[in-house]
Order: sequence, then C-alpha cells, then structure tokens
Amino acid sequence: MELLGNLGSELWAVLGTIARAIPYLVGYVLLVLATLLIWTAIKRLLRPRHDYTSLKTVTFGDESAVSSSGVASVVSVVLIFVLWAAFTGSQLLPRMLHAPGPFTGTGSFTYTITTPSGETDDATVQVLVHPVGATATAPQVDLGDGIAKNDSTTIAAYRTQLLRVDENDEMGRAEDTFITAVNGQPIAAGIAVDVDFGRVAMSERGTLNIIPATGLQMEPIWLPAPETVWARMGEIATTGYRNSTLAEHLGYSLFRVIVGFALGALVGIPLGYAMGLSNWFRGWFDPIVEFMRPVPPLALIPLVIIWAGIGETGKIILLFLAALWIMAIAARSGVSGVRISKVHAAYSLGASKWQIMRHVIVPNSLPEIFTGARVAMGVCWGTVVAAELVAAEKGVGMMIMVASQFQSTDIVLMGIILIGVIGFGIDMLIRWAERLLVPWKGKG
Amino acid sequence: MSGLQIDNLSMRFDLPNGASVQALQDVSLDLKAGELLSVLGPSGCGKTTLLNIVAGFLAPTDGQIVLNGKRVRGPGAERGMVFQQGALFEWMNVRQNVGFGPAMKGMAKAEKAQIVDHLLDVVGLHDFKDKAVYELSGGMQQRVALARCLANDPDVILMDEPLGALDALTREKMQGLVLKLWKETGKTIILITHSVEEALLLGERLLVMAPRPGRIHTEYRLPFAEMGVGQDLREVKKHPDFAARREEILSMIWDMEEEIMGRTESV
Repeated sequence: MELLGNLGSELWAVLGTIARAIPYLVGYVLLVLATLLIWTAIKRLLRPRHDYTSLKTVTFGDESAVSSSGVASVVSVVLIFVLWAAFTGSQLLPRMLHAPGPFTGTGSFTYTITTPSGETDDATVQVLVHPVGATATAPQVDLGDGIAKNDSTTIAAYRTQLLRVDENDEMGRAEDTFITAVNGQPIAAGIAVDVDFGRVAMSERGTLNIIPATGLQMEPIWLPAPETVWARMGEIATTGYRNSTLAEHLGYSLFRVIVGFALGALVGIPLGYAMGLSNWFRGWFDPIVEFMRPVPPLALIPLVIIWAGIGETGKIILLFLAALWIMAIAARSGVSGVRISKVHAAYSLGASKWQIMRHVIVPNSLPEIFTGARVAMGVCWGTVVAAELVAAEKGVGMMIMVASQFQSTDIVLMGIILIGVIGFGIDMLIRWAERLLVPWKGKG
Repeated sequence: MSGLQIDNLSMRFDLPNGASVQALQDVSLDLKAGELLSVLGPSGCGKTTLLNIVAGFLAPTDGQIVLNGKRVRGPGAERGMVFQQGALFEWMNVRQNVGFGPAMKGMAKAEKAQIVDHLLDVVGLHDFKDKAVYELSGGMQQRVALARCLANDPDVILMDEPLGALDALTREKMQGLVLKLWKETGKTIILITHSVEEALLLGERLLVMAPRPGRIHTEYRLPFAEMGVGQDLREVKKHPDFAARREEILSMIWDMEEEIMGRTESV
C-alpha cells in the first residue's frame, strides 16, 4: 500500500514536470502546422501538379497517397539546429535570431536602511556581471556619505550572489538596522524586487541575494553551442580523449559490434535452420531461445563482467548473446516461411536434400535473415554503448560516460550524435545490402 | 511395362481428435504413355491427395503406383509437377527457373541453355528470359512453370489446378497451350481442375471422383481434347456433345454436393 502511495506521488511529480513542457510542445506543433501552410502555398504558386496522386479526392486514409515530404524533413532538421543555435547564442546564427541571453555588463541598484530610531539612508550597489570563465574586478566606488555606504561586486553570468551590502555600513544588524527597500520598493525576507539587470531578493536572515537576469539561453555547461561541439570533435579526433583518439574510441566500439554480431550470426543462423528443419532441435532449443530472447542483453552485463571481466572478451560475449537469439529466430522463421509448393516443385525437378537446402531454403530465408540482421545490429549497437558506459577502457560509451563525470557536456553531445549517426549508417548499409542481395524480398 | 498404373490405392489417416479420414478408397487406374487425363470432383473428393501420392509426396496406406514398371516411393524427376501458383523460385530469373531441373542434374551449360531457349520459345517467353519472375503476370508465370517442368523431360506431368488463379481470358489461352504442349511432347499428363469445362477440354480421359471416401465415380473418354488441338477452343465448346456432357457432369456433381449437405445436416 505504501509502495502504491509512493508510486502515485512519483507519478504526480512526473506529470507536473511534463505539464510544464506542454506549452512548448504545443508551440512546436503549431510551428509544424505553420510551415505546412506556408509550403502548401508556395507549392501552389510554383507549379501546379497534375500527376495521378494530385487528382485523388480521397487522400485522408489512403496510405498510398502519403509519402514522406523531403521538404518537411529538411525543414525539421534545420529547425533543430536553428533552435539549438538560438538557445545557445551560437555564432552560426545572426544575433537577431538569438534567444535573449544572460545579462552582462554593469548594473546598479540602491538600497535603503532604516535605523531603530526611524532614520533612513540610501546607498548604491554597482554590479558587474561578466561572462562565465572571464575574470573581472569590481568597479571602484567611493563609499559616499551617510550611514549606508556604497558597494560594488562582480558576478558571473547565470550565477547569483548573496551580498552583505550592509557590512560596511556604519550601522548594521548588530545595531538593529535593517534593509527595508530596494530601488525605493519595500523589501523583506522572501520578497524579490525587479531591478534593471535582474532581480534582488532577500534571504531569511536579511541578506540581499543579487540575481542577474539569465535570459532564455542555456548555459554552455548544460547545452554547448553547435560550434563548440564541432570544435571539440575536431580536437578529440586529433589529440584524443583519455589516451585514445576519437577514431580509436569509435573503432573499438564498432569492432566489438561487428565481431559479436558476426559470431552471433555464425552460430544463430545454423541453429535457426536446425530448429526450422527438425522437430527434435526445435523442441530442444525452443525453451532456451524463448527464455533468453526476452532477457535484455543489458541485464547480462553484470554477469558477463563477473565471468569475463571488462576486456574485449566480455563485451564480445555479450554482443554475441545479443545477436544470437535474434538471428536464430529470424533464420527459424525464414525456414518455416518457405512455401511447401516450392519445396515440392524442387523435389519433382530432381533436387536432392542438399540442393533443396542450397537453392530453395537458404534463398527463401534470406529476406527474414536480413530483417533479423537489421534488428540484431541495432540491438548490438545499443548494447555495446551501454556495456561501455558500465565499464570499458576505450569506446564511445566510455568516452561519454567519463565526459559526463567531468561535466563536459560538449563531449557527451558529440558522442550521442556520433552514436546516432553510426547506428543510422549501419541500418542504411544493411538496407542497401538487402536491396542488392535479396531484391525478391516481399515478392514471393 | 510402360505407362502409369495406379493399383487399389487407399489412403486413410487419423485426425488429432481421434477420428479418421478415408481420403481415398480403392482407386485403380491404368494410364498409357501419352494420355491426357483430367480429374474432376467436388472438394474433399481426394483429387489433390491422389496427385500428391502419384508425385510421391504422400505414401498410400494401401496399394501402389507403378511408373514404367518401377514402383513409386518418393518424389522424382520423372514425374514433373505444375502447381497453381507461387511455386516458382523468385530468387531466380526466368531462365534460371526453367533451367533448374537440368542444373540439378549437373547438365553442361551449353546443353542447358539450348533446352531453356527452346522451351521459352515454345511457351512464348523468349523476350522475358532475363526478367525476374515476380515481374511477370500470372499467366506468364504459369508459362514459366510449364517450361520449367518440361525442361526436366519428365515421363508424366502432374498439374494441380495450374490455371485456377488466372482470369478467364488468360485461362483460355493457357488451355490452348497445354493442349499444344501435350500433342507436341507426347507426355502423359494428369490435370486436376475444379472447372467442368476445363476438364472436358483438357481430358482425353476424364475422371469424376466422389467424396467420402474419395473414389472414382465415373470415367469418360472424350473427343474434345483431340478436336481442340490447334483449334479455337470456343468452337469446341459450341459442339452439341460438349454442352450435353457438361450438363451431365454438372448435375452429377450437384447430386454429390447435395448428398454431402444432406449427410452433414442429418448429423
């Protein structure tokens, strides 16, 4: 019961977070619809279409009338980079397209103190907000007259500062003299006052907290600009990271995937054939395959580390296991999918069992095996990255894991992008091979 | 002894629920070399079972098949088979499909190419020999299937509703082609069909089978196949005897169907 209660409150918290993202999601969808309208208008102006599809009156629900719009894809990808650049203040984008950045420069505000006798006095605080990483010295100010003395300070952009502005005043907390207003507006603990460069709030103990405006841009430590990521990629490609260059990290990951997958296919395909061709083999291996298939390969990582350590052997065993069951099942269904009339026809044409295997069963199962290979390669790629996150000396997963521990978000982003690009590339490569090698797929 | 003998063939098997089915009972038939036999009957009469036993894909529980003095014990190249559809190898082009039998025998390339070219000429697909089979229409695919079967030079050709999936026009053309090939090659052909007209046109002998248990009901010897060779098949169909036979066989099959219905209803 307690568990249900806990889960319920967790769910509520998650939904609350998601709810805050809803306006942005709605805005994004509106943007998609707006570009659709714009493009529809442009297309009508450019060249009215007269092909067969353009004459269809029923397109809603007609699957054949829906094809991926290349323009939409390009706009979508470009928009991702534009948004990324706009919210990181990237130099790739003209300044006018940037989201409002954090305040930098000098700002000031005045505060008022009130003495126990009801006397008030004002002083000015000069605040120099400098970009992260830059060094700055607080502007020189003269202390001025009266009980309250002028102050100055420096703050890095995106940071805040609790400043005891009354420390240098003639009367302070010890004398029951408190700050009562900022820029003429009354202030008390827990209340904030807007000033020209941001906000000034007061803590429970009466200290002013200076909060310069952060704007809408992301701090580089959370989200670096695209060119930073690109530059970091160039740097790691040449000088390396953690004693290995980028090519080495990627090469090791790919090596593990390819060897693991190849071994998995080498064992899995014959196993699948045996299961597809013999009652005994199917009965023998069905329980094993059906049990191992739903076990996520990631769940095997701890056991593989215990047994084989964090070296190449362990990783390859893991990927072998990830590919094995998928390939066995693909080969099995490829064999089971052969039409009996094809086998009968081959027998009637004088083929031997071996010839049936070679000329009928294997080619007939190739499309299924290619589908399995695509799935297996995807799973292997995901598994290798996860395994490297856990423990590895080299590899793209290890690279981003270590980088995250040092808050090197640019390396993490670069790694994620490269992992995505390579995963996509592998899939494209297999699809291309499939088109080349099994053009009869789906034509039987 | 040449020709195909079917001796007292019976086939009985158990169902998972404990009942058993008598698919064929005491079917006997003597087919001389070069004869064209069509087999007709309502569904469940065992005609496809019979064909599968002759092809060697099924073993009878009683009786035997003897071809040219040798008992049939399994599938073999001397008994070619043409299926309804989907039995072509889509990973091979037209030429490779037709040359499959010779290639399995290990025939020399030049000899194989000669056979394939000749047969593709015969079935009118010379211009399509390098096409993938899935690029061809249904009728063309069946022409390939016929050529593939002939390329192996079998003694008997078994056809399991080879034209069943074709449209009426293509079907008529293909019927003409089957007659032409029969006459030119002199092969023994057994053709299973569910079309009475087709059975009349493509049967020098016609077997009407009855169901439950599957058995031979009536056998005819017909002149139409001989008449139809090289002729317009529509002219043959106009023959008064043709119409009479068709009516006779149709009502025979109707009676069987009604008998089955009656039997099922009483159960």
